[in-house]
Parts: sequence; C-alpha cells; structure tokens
Amino acid sequence: MDWSALSLSLKLAAWTMVILFPIGIWLGRVLAWQDFRGKPLVEAMFALPLVLPPTVLGYYLLVALGGATPLGRFYHDLTGQQLVFSFEGLLIASILFNLPFAIQPMQRGFEAIPIEVRDAAACCGLSGWRTLWRIELPLAWPGILTALVLTFAHTLGEFGVVLMVGGSIPGETKTIAIAIYDRVQAFDTAAAGAMSATLLIISLMAISFTFLISSRFKSRRHD
Amino acid sequence: MIERGLSVSLSQVAPIPLDVKLTCAAGELLALVGPSGSGKSTILRAIAGLYRVKHGRISCNGVAWLDMGDKINLSPQARRIGFVVQNFALFPHLTALENVMEAMTAQPVMERARRARDLIARVHLSGLEGRLPAALSGGQQQRVAVARALAREPNVLLLDEPFSAVDRATRERLYQELAELRRDLAMPVILVTHDFDEASLLADRMCVLFQGKTLQVGAPDDVITRPSSVQVARLVGLKNVFRAGVIKHIPERNVTVIEWRKHILEAHLQSKFSAGAQVAWAVPQGQLVMHESREMHRGEPENLVSGVVASVARLGDNAILSINVGGAKRPPLFMSVPLHVARHNKIEMTSRVTFSMLREGIHLMPPDKNLTADLVMTL
Repeated sequence: MDWSALSLSLKLAAWTMVILFPIGIWLGRVLAWQDFRGKPLVEAMFALPLVLPPTVLGYYLLVALGGATPLGRFYHDLTGQQLVFSFEGLLIASILFNLPFAIQPMQRGFEAIPIEVRDAAACCGLSGWRTLWRIELPLAWPGILTALVLTFAHTLGEFGVVLMVGGSIPGETKTIAIAIYDRVQAFDTAAAGAMSATLLIISLMAISFTFLISSRFKSRRHD
Repeated sequence: MIERGLSVSLSQVAPIPLDVKLTCAAGELLALVGPSGSGKSTILRAIAGLYRVKHGRISCNGVAWLDMGDKINLSPQARRIGFVVQNFALFPHLTALENVMEAMTAQPVMERARRARDLIARVHLSGLEGRLPAALSGGQQQRVAVARALAREPNVLLLDEPFSAVDRATRERLYQELAELRRDLAMPVILVTHDFDEASLLADRMCVLFQGKTLQVGAPDDVITRPSSVQVARLVGLKNVFRAGVIKHIPERNVTVIEWRKHILEAHLQSKFSAGAQVAWAVPQGQLVMHESREMHRGEPENLVSGVVASVARLGDNAILSINVGGAKRPPLFMSVPLHVARHNKIEMTSRVTFSMLREGIHLMPPDKNLTADLVMTL
C-alpha cells in the first residue's frame, strides 16, 4: 500500500474540490439563469472533459503549461519552478478536467430554484449576497454537494490526464491511480489489489453519501 | 404626479405591448382587470422593478422609481414594495416565521421575531409559525405571503392573482380578511385579477386592460354597469349587448328614447348620442324584471317587452333564461330569475314571458364595427 500516493490523491482531490466550489457556483448560476449568445458553445466547452480522451486533454495541458508557453514562463518567473510535472500543474489540470463534474450538478441545482422565489427575495429587500447565502445555497444544496463529492471521487480516480501532465513523481505527482498501475506493471498484485479496494470503498462511500443527503433533503422539503 | 401614492405610465410596442397610465392613491385599492395576456402581471412586475419596460415613468410618494429619460431605474430592493404572487413564492426551506423575518432585514435584529409574530397573528396564523410552507394549506400559504409582503412596511402593496390558487370557500374567507386588513393599510394597493366579481368586491377603483391598453378606469360599479365601449361590456361579462337607433332625447323627463327590434325603449338621458345615430346598448341581467303572469301590473311598467323562452339553465339558486325577442333568428336576451319565481310562473322552453327593462340600466355605447346586426357577444 503506497500511503504517500493515497495522501497525495486525497490532497489533490481536496484542493480541487475547494477551488471548484466557488467557481462551480459562479458558473453554475450564470449558466442556469442567463441567456447569452454562444451559450451552447460555452456549455459544450465546459462539458468537453466528459467525452474527450484523457490523453488528448492531458496532451494539450502539457503543451499549455510547458515552459515554452506564456503561462509556463510566467509561472517559472514567479516561482522559479515549472508547472508541468509539479503538484501545482497537476492541480490546474485536475480543476479543468473536473469542470463538468462541478458545474453541471450545481447548474441543475440552481435551475431548480423557481424564478418567483428569486424575485421574492429581491422584493423582500435581500441583497445579492444575502439571497445567495440565505436562499440560493440552501435550495441548491443537494446539487452543490453532489458536485463536490463527484469532483472529489473523480479526482481520486483520474489516470490519463495525471500521467500526461504530472508523470509519476513520488510525493509530487504520483497519485494512487498511477501507483496502482505502477504496482500492476511490477506484478505486485497484492499492493495493487489493496489500493484498488481502498479507492473502490472511498468512491462508493462518497457517492452513497450524496444519494443519502439528497434523499434526506427531498423528504424534509415534503414533510 | 400625485404626492402621496403611486403614479405609473408605461409604454412599449414589443415584446409585450403596453400603453398604460394609472394612479393609485395612498390607502386606495386599485384592481387591474383583464383576460389572460392583457399585460396585468407585466405591469405589476414593472412596478416592482422586476421587468424593464422600454419607456415609462413610475413614481411613488414623490420619489422617481423609474424614469427612462433621466436614466433612473431603482432596484426592487430600493423600491420597498410588498409583492404577493399567484403561487406565493414562499422560501420553501424556511418556516412561516422565518419567511416573514427574512423580509425584515432593514429592521433591528432584536425586534424582528416579535414583529414577525405580530404579523403572523394579524393574518390569523398564530400557532403555525414553525411550519414549513409545504406543511401549510394554500390559504395559509397566502396569508404567510401577505404577512411577508407587509413585513417591510412597504410603500406599495402589489397582489398578483393572490386568490387564484385557493379553493372557493377559502377564497371567500380571504376576501373578508383582506377587506379587514385593508382598513389599517395606508399605502396604495394594486390587485391584479381576471375576475370582475373579485375586483368589484374588493377594489375602490378598477382599471380594465386589454392587450396592454387601458380601456376604462372607474369605480367598479360604474365600469360594470356603464362600460365605455362594447369591448369593455364584453370583458365585464355583460351578455345583453345589442344595436339600436336613437330616436330622441326628452331632457325634461331625463330620458333618451331608442328603437330596438321595433320596441320603443326609454333609457336614462344620454344626450352625447345624437338623435338618428346608430348605437350599441347594454343592459345588465339584474336590470330586467319579470312580470308575474297572474298579477296585474302596478303603475306604469317601464319598457315592457315580451318574448319566447329559448332555453332555461340552472345556475345555483337562479334560472338563466335565454329569450327570443322579435324572432328566433336574432340573438337572444339573457335574464336571471330566482328558481322559485321560474317554478311559480311555470317558465319552461317556449313559454311566453313579459318583462321590464329598467330605464336606469339601459346604457348606450358607441357602435362597434364588430357588433354585427344585433349580435350578442358571448365570451
């Protein structure tokens, strides 16, 4: 069992979740309630990681984050390090490939809030922030929670993109999914099996948790 | 612009045509009435600041809320309105008390709970403060919505079909409650409804809308008995609308004489229509009086007309008769009589009946080109 890989995966998943929480809320609200030209294209772009082979996404990220691009150079000038094959680079990749998992459930959550309820909040004198805090977040909560858990679980399991952008540097970019592959390559099926089972249990628990919460939420609303 | 109260003027061609000017004084209840699609709800949303019109001015108590010329457009929050919508739009995750308290953000935190309880008591919901909206009946939800709308001590109270989502018995009780509540309300109240009976029961003034245009504004009784046009007559549900010719005016008797299907009828004096002119006229069903078959008329009966009953329909305690006057090919006249009168006089199909049209009830209107020869309008 590669504990360092597991803890790296958990750290990556947690950071991805934390960063995508506000981004998902912002984009989810915009896509749920606003109509603008080119909206289908924007939605398609955010959904792309669902259908694109991870290696394709990984390839573009590798190129985009590399030292030859303005972003890569900027990061290098700022920190003296490079983005590719680093935890930070992996985090950026992770955020991008998790966009659909964060945005879509949140968007559905916000879409489920009737416009009359939002209008009522404005007529009750609630500011935008207070409406978000007191009305929108509690009502969109099942969607938001689902998004966070899916993001977390999906990050734990991501393989292709991580391998392309991060490689397999122990303690830096070697996540548990990579470690499993490594162990299988080395015919260490016992370790691979243990880690696979761990990942399976964590993922199952995470998903069960979202179903539990959303069913509780539904029954409370219809008391 | 009026000093105390609301003054609204809106106009646009698309997407929803609007051409409306209205005022509502402090303490007054103005009903906006019209069929679906007449723009009533849009007007209310524009007043609330939830709908942006192309051109318009809205001011309340001397403060401009909207002035497209001066680029003023206050947010709904800044207008401080109370708004009760058709499905109430309560916050589903908050209790009745929390719903009311949520609208009190401008008031001291310590006082909110007490004042919210007072409001809940005022709408007769004490004891249900802790319930979530889903655990309240339609009528109870409406009361919470009213309490929430009043919680901000609004400048204007807007009610958008607030009675349409509740059953009939509840509705009648809510009418009474609103009438009682109104006595203490010092702000303008605007009620949107498609129900003329509801409007005449609750409103001080009524504004009839059709396709975004104001057709007539006035006291409910005036609008319903004296519509300004055939279109309004049709909208308020007057079924007896016909054509006639003006014969003469007799000012000393306060009478205008018209000819309708070879009957000479006397209406109250309406000298704006010149003698010889073609007019449309209407008479409410309540202004027709059945003459009992076996009784002698006392005094001189007004506008005696007779006809043959074409159909009898029962509606509650009344019988609605359609009566052919001057032949079955012409549109019938409708009259409502108490069931016991219909039974007593053995009125059934093909019975010949005689009745009076009360002078005061005969109302003349400009002719309408859509009103083909003697045609009755039915909605």
